[in-house]
Amino acid sequence: MIPERWLNLGVLTLLAAVPLVASLAGQPFTVTLATKIAIFALAATGLNIALGLGGLVSFGHAAFFGVGGYACGILASHARNYEPLSTWPWDIEGTTQMLTIWPIAVLLGGLAALVIGALSLRTSGIFFIMITLAFAQMLYYFAISWPTYGGEDGLPFYLRGDFPGLNTMDPIQFFGICFALLLAALFTFHRLHRARFGLSLEAARQNPERLRSLGIRPFHVRLLAFVISGMITALAGALYADLNRFVSPAMLSWHLSGELIVLIVLGGVGRLCGPVVGAAAYFLLEHWAGAASEYWQFWFGLLLLGVVLFARGGIVGALAKDHTHD
Amino acid sequence: MTEPILTTRSLRKSFGALAATDDVSLDLRPGEIHALIGPNGAGKSTLIKQIAGEIAPDSGTIHFAGQDITTKHAAARARLGMARTYQISSVAPDFTVLQNVVLSLVARHHGAFGLFRNVLKDRRLTDAAREHIARAGLSGRERQRATDLSHGERRRLEIAMALAQSPKLFLLDEPMAGLGTEGASELTGLLDGLRQQAPILLVEHDMDAVFALADRISVLVYGRVIATGTVAEIRANAEVRTAYLGEDA
Ligand SMILES: Nc1ncnc2c1ncn2[C@@H]1O[C@H](COP(=O)(O)OP(=O)(O)O)[C@@H](O)[C@H]1O
Ligand SMILES: [Mg+2]
Repeated sequence: MIPERWLNLGVLTLLAAVPLVASLAGQPFTVTLATKIAIFALAATGLNIALGLGGLVSFGHAAFFGVGGYACGILASHARNYEPLSTWPWDIEGTTQMLTIWPIAVLLGGLAALVIGALSLRTSGIFFIMITLAFAQMLYYFAISWPTYGGEDGLPFYLRGDFPGLNTMDPIQFFGICFALLLAALFTFHRLHRARFGLSLEAARQNPERLRSLGIRPFHVRLLAFVISGMITALAGALYADLNRFVSPAMLSWHLSGELIVLIVLGGVGRLCGPVVGAAAYFLLEHWAGAASEYWQFWFGLLLLGVVLFARGGIVGALAKDHTHD
Repeated sequence: MTEPILTTRSLRKSFGALAATDDVSLDLRPGEIHALIGPNGAGKSTLIKQIAGEIAPDSGTIHFAGQDITTKHAAARARLGMARTYQISSVAPDFTVLQNVVLSLVARHHGAFGLFRNVLKDRRLTDAAREHIARAGLSGRERQRATDLSHGERRRLEIAMALAQSPKLFLLDEPMAGLGTEGASELTGLLDGLRQQAPILLVEHDMDAVFALADRISVLVYGRVIATGTVAEIRANAEVRTAYLGEDA
């Protein structure tokens, strides 16, 4: 067992160093793989606030991922076509500026989470799981049946957004952006966790009646957690759209919601770097085992089962001592 | 005479055909310990739950600190200054003793919406929490997870959490249960001093503690208050002796 802090430091250093080396060695594919890991780690860090700290098993976080993705895709495609999004009552133009796209994606993700959370947080347990799933599926089918932005086929937009001073089409520079945002999200998670809010949120998970009788309504705490969670996952969605220069309803599908849960369970529920470790393990396994065997998901399923049965704290829990209580 | 802190008027609550609370009117005055005794199933916990706002009465009113709180939810009542402990200890099991008490302080004085500062590094909070922990007799156990505490220690933790709320009223549902004789007499000493801070509605089966502490006693049987009076009056009351004290002996 090693201190969790060291493990986190090691994992993040590796995640930064490997693509750097790969980039110097002229292996853009590895950089792209690391970028995908960073983006999914970011999305899962968002979910980790709701699921890990709040115990809210959202099976609908694809909704926020997709909202972020479509925000990015729609703005970018309008900017490339020089067609305004709307002319009345305001003129709204598309944009390719990441610094404009991100706040919009985050805001829309937060708004979606506010609406979905306000309704679904009135339930708990299996009902909460099903209701969040249902909301995400609604958006999924809406995206499929909305021809303006590609419908079922999705929406390609050819070039990544622009970031002042950077060439975002250079894989390593785009990776740098994603990695920096991941660090910012991890920092946010860490601060929230240790703050009054995190204390209350974890209490709401463990014993909501007690929290209520102490004077804090669990619903309010959970709702804010859900909104922050949705915002971070939406930001990841915007990055993922930029990575692929393409958005499609697949970003809104329940597979994606399930994948995010799996990443967290694999890495360590509620652990700071659980999503990072989970995403790295998942995509590396997909990359290697997927090349070796068509049935890699079967083997992955076995691994996941093992983690759930024998390592409740996920990979991080198995390797590092829990310092939450120090 | 001073205004009562808490007044219930004609509270009724039925579970199906069972009248768990049957026309209960009682009050709690500043500085007093009002003990609520009665056999198992008399409706003591049900009454506490209605006062705390966890279940709604079918009819009747509850006034607390000068306002009608009958329709207020439990969290609002806590913020008005109501602290309660549970017959079956209820804490955050994965939190340490210190975290539980800090949570209680936060809930009472600050609210949940601090997003940035490390709450366990806030010396004002942790120092205050340690004082309450010491007062409840749990010093040295601050870093223990609540789930690893003994039964008696968990009861003390609940007391520490209630103290941290600096309430205007304590609702204590069988705080002595499982403490053992030594623990019970320690807690008796603590509660004795506590009444100056805020009055206590004390549900308790330990008659030694009740007779030592209570300024007034109400006896609840089948949901009804059959007698209210001083220790001497209750001891002398024939109906109480047959209905309850006799049974208990
Ligand atoms: N939620 C409930 N549903 C149905 N009956 C209940 C419920 N809670 C308590 N009761 C019944 O109400 C009566 C009073 O219970 P309670 O208030 O726990 O008694 P006490 O605390 O005095 O031992 C008991 O007969 C109990 O079975
Ligand atoms: Mg009881």
